[in-house]
Amino acid sequence: MPTTYLEAIRQGIWEEMERDPNVFLLGEDIGAYGGAFKITAGMLEKFGERRVVDTPLAEAAIAGAAIGASMFGLRPVAEMQFSDFITCAFDQIVNFAAKCRYRWNAGVPMVIRAPSGGGNRGGPFHSQNPEAWFTHVPGLKVIAPATAYDAKGLIKSAIRDNDPVLYFEHKGLYRRIKEDLPEAEYTVPIGKARVFREGTDVSIITYGAMVYTAQEAAEKLAAEGISVEIVDLRTLVPLDEETILASVRKTSRAIVLHEDTLTGGFGGEIAARITERAFDCLDAPVVRIASPDTPIPYSPPLEDAFLPNADKVVEKVRWLCAY
Amino acid sequence: MAATELLALPGASRLLDEAPDPNAELAQRFHTYMFLMREVEERIEKKLYRQGKIAGGVYVGRGQEAISTGAALAADPEDILFPCHRDMAAYFIRGVHPRQIFAQYMGRVGGLTQGRDGNMHMGDLRLKIVAIISAIGAAIPVAAGAAFAQKYKGESGVTLCFFGDGATSRGDWHEGVNFAAVLKLPLVLICNNNQYAYSTPLDKQMVCPNIADRGPAYGIPAEIVDGNDAFAVYEATHRAAQHARAGLGPYLLECKTFRMTGHAAHDAAGYVPQQLFAEWAAKDPILRVEQLMLEKGWKTRAEIDAACARIRQEVDEAIQWAEQSPYPDPATLLDRVYE
Repeated sequence: MPTTYLEAIRQGIWEEMERDPNVFLLGEDIGAYGGAFKITAGMLEKFGERRVVDTPLAEAAIAGAAIGASMFGLRPVAEMQFSDFITCAFDQIVNFAAKCRYRWNAGVPMVIRAPSGGGNRGGPFHSQNPEAWFTHVPGLKVIAPATAYDAKGLIKSAIRDNDPVLYFEHKGLYRRIKEDLPEAEYTVPIGKARVFREGTDVSIITYGAMVYTAQEAAEKLAAEGISVEIVDLRTLVPLDEETILASVRKTSRAIVLHEDTLTGGFGGEIAARITERAFDCLDAPVVRIASPDTPIPYSPPLEDAFLPNADKVVEKVRWLCAY
Repeated sequence: MAATELLALPGASRLLDEAPDPNAELAQRFHTYMFLMREVEERIEKKLYRQGKIAGGVYVGRGQEAISTGAALAADPEDILFPCHRDMAAYFIRGVHPRQIFAQYMGRVGGLTQGRDGNMHMGDLRLKIVAIISAIGAAIPVAAGAAFAQKYKGESGVTLCFFGDGATSRGDWHEGVNFAAVLKLPLVLICNNNQYAYSTPLDKQMVCPNIADRGPAYGIPAEIVDGNDAFAVYEATHRAAQHARAGLGPYLLECKTFRMTGHAAHDAAGYVPQQLFAEWAAKDPILRVEQLMLEKGWKTRAEIDAACARIRQEVDEAIQWAEQSPYPDPATLLDRVYE
């Protein structure tokens, strides 16, 4: 029976809770209510109040408490109810968690889960993709899975990792994406991208929900005889540069696609690395496709216009192939 | 020689042997650590900084030594400490040597951060001391998390978190205190109310007259302590830790004191009315414990002077050691960002 992306995250956390008694969960409404998206449903009943901690509405306290607990032997998995609220914990994450190992050799093995992404008419404060802020902070690892398989395997790796990991799970994938998962236990390594779809004419480098937007575009383009390769980054930091460069060297054309807004988005970093390291392989400029530089609007026609979609990708691929 | 071994010096142990009153021994320990802190900070601020040997800023706790001394001596070894930047004695009491502190200030590999961070931004998990960050108040939620781990693991230890009056204006402080109160975490909150946050006096930080007034808002006990009396701080910390250890949740101590210096070595504190310095100089915590020792006959002036001279010599040697400690190799710049 296929497992949803949401259930895959839940299973991954559940298995790690069973495996390691030092793993515990904290966040707003994660216990009795099972979390705003039901990722932690049933966990309070199974693991008890000691390990499934409903907290006050206080993101800085949640992140800070996770840091302190992780320094003294625990493995916290903190939930930001929406990734939009992670800004309330920004100082704790970027100044406290990220810098402890470098400054005084204190490991901070914590995970912060951040449900992110638009398409759900959530408006400016329930739709954002704040991952790029954290890719700029040395000391943090940043994950953004696209598939149920990776969602489960990467949450397990994140919990076992000895550094602070931010896990951006896309809300739009929770119930939309499903696949059969292995019966046997598995993990997915942090820092490894994968080729989601093989192709020869153009590489689309992307992550999260945009993997499926790229896939939809690739199917339309296949009918026109254009072969698209899709690289799903899975992890943004540490970045798997080799997989990106290998794809670009093969296709000679690169599009970087993300749902986050354009300026200062992670796509700029990928584009820069491609031009620095594979410039001589390129037949055309590296193109970025992202949301425009506005807050995320609420009204359906506005949000639809805001988000990247397959048609926008198709148009850019055609332009790039004709360059 | 570890700082804690200063107490094992021949003169010191002779004094301890001769002391029938347990308070005599305590007074001796208070005096040793307060004087050591004062001496180390004076050298850093008034000698090494002016000689250009300190790479960055200097923030001392002159006049506030009784707080970190009394509180850290009241702590059990399994307790976790979160000292702030005017709490140097807590490091000595946990076994950090003065030479490591000098090396830290000078950016040498012998410092606790090996040159990665400066001044009092240092910690050592083996000693259960957590390093602060510059955003004062950020440590409170983290200390709540450390206390959470102690409770989770069923340990008897508690967490002692130090901060100044200015920190209580930060949202992190309020989130952290509330979080610890709701979850009944074994957290002792120790405020050094030195009446100034950099140049900003208390009445521009808050409207309520005391930091302790904030305790009832979170349903936790709070008390006002004479922060220049090491005995008072020691006893209050015992009460607070006992409360936390018994599973009754956090406890707030407001140690009233005064910052006998500017915010940092570059700050002449012209904004502080000068009579306040004179007023608080009379309440100096080191002089007070010396007076007590003399009045009670626990020590003679000559014995106190001899103890101070031994500490000064220790400090001289520590500075020499730190100056010989190498600077970090730029080749290590990229190391240890991740495991």
